Amino acid sequence: MERIPVLRMGRVLLVTIQVDLQDQMALQLQDDLSAKIEQTGATGVLIDISALEIVDSFIGRMLAGISGIARVLDATTVVVGMQPAVAITLVELGLSLEGVRTALDVERGMALLRADGRDTLDD
Amino acid sequence: MTEPLTGAMPLLGERDIVMSRQQVRKLTQQLKFSLVDQTKMITAASELSRNTVVYGGGGEMRWEIVSQGVRTGLRLAFEDHGPGIPDVEQALTDGWTSGSGMGVGLSGSRRLVNEFDIRTEVGVGTCVTVTRWK
Repeated sequence: MERIPVLRMGRVLLVTIQVDLQDQMALQLQDDLSAKIEQTGATGVLIDISALEIVDSFIGRMLAGISGIARVLDATTVVVGMQPAVAITLVELGLSLEGVRTALDVERGMALLRADGRDTLDD
Repeated sequence: MTEPLTGAMPLLGERDIVMSRQQVRKLTQQLKFSLVDQTKMITAASELSRNTVVYGGGGEMRWEIVSQGVRTGLRLAFEDHGPGIPDVEQALTDGWTSGSGMGVGLSGSRRLVNEFDIRTEVGVGTCVTVTRWK
C-alpha cells in the first residue's frame, strides 16, 4: 500500500496529502505521525490538504485524531489549504473539525505554529 | 469520454470506495454540476459506499442519469445484502453510530443530496438511494 510521506523541517513535521486517500492509508498516516512526533520531539504538525477534493467523515475523523494525539504528545497540529467547496460540504455533512486548528495556506499555517511560542525551526 | 446513462460497480472493499468517488466525480463533471454540488455528491457517495462495504458486508453502487422536465440529475443506489438496520429512525439521527464512524454517515449524506430514500430489512439487506439535481 502507498504511504503518505512525512517530512521533517526543524521541529515541524510536514505532510502533503496528494492522493485520493484509502481508509487504510489514513489510519497508517495517523500511526506514522504519532511515531514520528515521539521520535523527533516535533512540536508542530502541518497537514496540507489543498489537493484533496473531498473530506468525508473518515478523513475528518483521521484529522481530528491526529490533532488529538499530537496534542497529548505536546505538539500542535494545523490543517491547511482546505478548498472552499470541501469546507462547505464538510460543515453540511455535520463535521466541524472541532479541536483542529486550520489555516488558509502553508505559510499562514507555519506562522501559526511559530506564534505558538516555540521556535519551530530550531533542532 | 461520455459515460453511459446507467451503470453499476461492485463495492467489495476499501479500494472500491475510492473507485466509487472517482466514478461519481466523472458523472457529476459530465453533468456539469457546480464544484460545490460535485463535492457534495462525491462526499455522499463516499459515506454511503463505506456503509455498504463496512456495515453491509459489500454490495454494489448503481448510477442513473435522470431527467425531469428540463432538469437533469444523478441518482445513486447503494445496495447490500447485509444484516439490515433494525431501527432506521435511530440510524438517521446525528451522532448515532453502530461502529467506528463518527455517526454522521447516513444523516450527513442525507443533507448533501436533494432526495434520499432508504429501504432496509433485518437479515435481508439495505438499499439507500440518493438523487442530486443540477
